[in-house]
Amino acid sequence: MLRRMGEGKVLDSFAQAVSDIADGATVIVGGFGLCGIPEKSIEALREHGARDLTVVSNNCGVDDFGLGLLLANHQIARFVASYVGENALFERQFLNDELDVELVPQGTLAERMRAGGSGIPAFYTPTGVGTPIAEGKETREFDGRQYLLERAIIGDFALVKAWRGDALGNLVYRDTARNFNPLAAMAGRVTIAEVEELVEVGELDSNLIHTPGIFVQRILEGSGYDKRIERRTVRTSAA
Amino acid sequence: MSDARSAIIARAARELGDGMCVNLGIGMPTLLANHVGDRRGLMLQSENGLLGIGPYPLDGEEDADLINAGKETVTAVPGASFFDSAESFAMIRGGHIDLAVLGGMEVSQDGDLANWMIPGKMVKGMGGAMDLVSGAKRVVVLMEHLTREGEPKVRSACTLPLTGRRVVNRLITDLATFDFPTEGGMVLAELEDGVTLEQLRASTEAEFAAV
Repeated sequence: MLRRMGEGKVLDSFAQAVSDIADGATVIVGGFGLCGIPEKSIEALREHGARDLTVVSNNCGVDDFGLGLLLANHQIARFVASYVGENALFERQFLNDELDVELVPQGTLAERMRAGGSGIPAFYTPTGVGTPIAEGKETREFDGRQYLLERAIIGDFALVKAWRGDALGNLVYRDTARNFNPLAAMAGRVTIAEVEELVEVGELDSNLIHTPGIFVQRILEGSGYDKRIERRTVRTSAA
Repeated sequence: MSDARSAIIARAARELGDGMCVNLGIGMPTLLANHVGDRRGLMLQSENGLLGIGPYPLDGEEDADLINAGKETVTAVPGASFFDSAESFAMIRGGHIDLAVLGGMEVSQDGDLANWMIPGKMVKGMGGAMDLVSGAKRVVVLMEHLTREGEPKVRSACTLPLTGRRVVNRLITDLATFDFPTEGGMVLAELEDGVTLEQLRASTEAEFAAV
């Protein structure tokens, strides 16, 4: 019998989706601030309880939401990020030496994921030359300018969030909730995608797919998304 | 807003031109967004993946999926585009952004910038600042001329860890505007109204040429 397209990628339980994330795993997580974070997979990973994790993500959530939940549960041993402000829990664990932190310039972090998913082990970038992050890194001159050698990142797992997806793992993101998600999806050996709406194969316009399904191994539809806003800013008039 | 900040923003607004693609950093530079309305075709880039930031949304229309790099809810202008973080930093690092405006903690007479870390205090991270200063076509730094304690921030050499070496093209403070020509050195471009050269030199550790 012919296998139905995409059969096997769709799961209905987040607990099942994260059940083989082992202690000590490297997990790449999409999102920027609280925007576009895989909130259901993170909650499931907290329940699953894997510890000693290396988490790679632009930010670390807030105290009681997003990756802050894994911090609170002491599951993270090492954090790779570009910006970790506004999280008191993070600060406390860092200052108590419970947490090892590697700060990476945001563009370098994005490119390290993209490279990891693209079969490129390292790349040269001008970012950070002459700064503390250049310490211990190889530099090389091209056309009269200095560049740093930066290593790619590959995750044992990647957790990503999209707006819509199908059983083949094709993903479409919405507005600025895209951010690091497509790059995390590429860089995970096993990428777990959660979507707000799982649609029939063929329903997504093939011209407008952001992440082709080949980068996604597991896909689930979440419900009851919190989609918390970190800084609600509004204007008062239509001016 | 303090008088010093108002003066800096008013002066910085003159850096914005028609048709430019501009990245505004978090903090004081974000206030410049109020001045872009009269620049034809100017597009604001947000490194989290938006070219074409619009005004803040009306109350009730805010959308968790649409934020700027400061994590504030925003809107997108007609003709705006969304993209992932690697593509965003390709724009930045690849020299496609005309102007990056950043806040500063210290600027040196060689055009070094420090704005991300104070040793001994909690380090929050550099975010996209190191990429912006190494990649934008033009880097303008806005900062108050002195610390709250009256210490100089325009230094002969930065005392804080650097964000980038020889990356600043123009520095705008509440006392003056300085340029950093490619041949080296720091040059006074403008004095704020009511500030004398003697006052400026007394408040500035860096050496600069006044032509």
